[in-house]
Amino acid sequence: MHGIRKEHENLLLQVKGLTKQFGGVKAQDNVSFGVEQGSVLGLIGPNGAGKTTLFNMITGVCVQDKGEILFNGHAIESMPVHKRVAAGIARTFQNVELFPGMTVLENVLVGMHVRLKSGFWGAIIRSPRVVKEERIAREKALEILEFTGLLSYADRIACDLPVGRQKTAEIARALATDPLLILLDEPAAGLNRIETQALGALICRIKEQGITLMLVEHDMGLAMEVCDKILVLDRGEAIALATPQQITNDQKVMDAYLGEEFQCLN
Amino acid sequence: MDKKLVHNLLFIAVVAVTGMVVENIYLLQIMTFIGINTLLALGLNMLMGYAGQVSLGHGAFYGIGAYATAYLSGTLGISPWAALVCAIVLSVAVAFVVGRPTLKLSGYYLGMGTLGFGMIVHILFREAGSITGGASGFVGIPMLTLGPLSFEGGRNYFYLVWTVVFGAIFLCKRIIDSKTGRALAAIHGRENAAVALGVDAHALKLNIFMFSAALGAMAGFLYAHFVLFISPDSFGFMASVKMVTMVVIGGMANVWGALIGAVVITLLPEVLHGFADHEMIVFGLILMGVMIVMPQGLTQGVIERYARYKKRA
Repeated sequence: MHGIRKEHENLLLQVKGLTKQFGGVKAQDNVSFGVEQGSVLGLIGPNGAGKTTLFNMITGVCVQDKGEILFNGHAIESMPVHKRVAAGIARTFQNVELFPGMTVLENVLVGMHVRLKSGFWGAIIRSPRVVKEERIAREKALEILEFTGLLSYADRIACDLPVGRQKTAEIARALATDPLLILLDEPAAGLNRIETQALGALICRIKEQGITLMLVEHDMGLAMEVCDKILVLDRGEAIALATPQQITNDQKVMDAYLGEEFQCLN
Repeated sequence: MDKKLVHNLLFIAVVAVTGMVVENIYLLQIMTFIGINTLLALGLNMLMGYAGQVSLGHGAFYGIGAYATAYLSGTLGISPWAALVCAIVLSVAVAFVVGRPTLKLSGYYLGMGTLGFGMIVHILFREAGSITGGASGFVGIPMLTLGPLSFEGGRNYFYLVWTVVFGAIFLCKRIIDSKTGRALAAIHGRENAAVALGVDAHALKLNIFMFSAALGAMAGFLYAHFVLFISPDSFGFMASVKMVTMVVIGGMANVWGALIGAVVITLLPEVLHGFADHEMIVFGLILMGVMIVMPQGLTQGVIERYARYKKRA
């Protein structure tokens, strides 16, 4: 690349003064932070801290009352969801949201939607260009399935797979959008120890591809292992942004948000 | 050879031979109506079955197609084929204007919105007497001709309608089996996930709404030049409900479901004439029975039953 740069020049995502109010509840209160290109940012905090709301605002599902979101140097806070996906933001869901009745491969192909040029008329006319594009899309989808270890499940109905595989399929589907940034909403929820380890390895491999990640995670072991930095949210406020070590050493954060139990584990 | 291709060719052959063998004009007429109804069901099936969006006002597009060609070719005297183009363009334009705000709704609310639209159009047909002939109907729709070919006879019209049906099935299958089709199924399954993956759900719904409006107008055109007399009640609320029934009975998200639904809904009243006064009661009971026994529609229901039977044997 271009040698070592100063950290702040290398921010893929920058959130400035994001505020969102639902009725009387402040889901986000003047939240500001940056995510470095190629890093993994963990998002922790008690339930209702505004983690999912933050994800929803970055992806555009929900519109902020105030604040700016800069992605890859562009202001995206007023873009519709599909344009943000095209710009390179992908996500997975807290509760698995695979498309019912579709195979794993088809799910991944839907993920490629924004990268395929042919449209409604292309489907009807089906020119050689469209046929070729479709063939390449399939090949690429299979590559992604191989990368995520789902190749042998390609033709299985996605919703019939065990939860661990379904979660991986969601990540595969997000990868299919060819993103610069992936937001994972509780990827380890419902996974057993072995599956969580495999997930950690997958996250590291995605990072090696140069893709930046943000994850909401309650599994502190996983968050400590894969995250470069951790952002702590509480009642809509960002109260800390530091490395996992610093977070574990921050007595205030530990007492208030992780509880005594975690300190015993340490 | 490709199994699907064999099925399609077999289907075309059966229809072609039926047209040749059947001499009875009444039967040919019934089969022509089945074709027209299949077009209607195909269009609505794309919207309801694939994209998962309910419309209770699709009779309006059927009517717009019929009245547009009636007025343009009957009153103004332009060629019916030019009128066809105008009818489709008009119907698609109306679908765009109506669909843009309405398709932001979902579920019951979309049903109510489209219901209202269908009623407004029905009232327009009845009240705009100077153009539509009002409640007493429009008389004087010209017959279709193409060069030396006249579509007066039952047989020629039968072939015309079914050729259009084949074309429409072909188009639908192409759309289904494409990026657009996948995205539609994704919207149907989980709209929020589809949107999060970059599918512009509203634009796509609007596209498919306009496509189904075009098929509806095509069916209306074929209907108008077939029966040569149209009145508002053919395109009212009951017409819209009939379309929905065809899609649901035949089976949603299945091109052949539209065909089977059209066959059942067209034939049943003819078969039930024997019940005289009780016709509608028996009709309703049969529909209820089908829905209770095969809630996924006849096509899927019969296929599943056959598979189970084969397993046991």
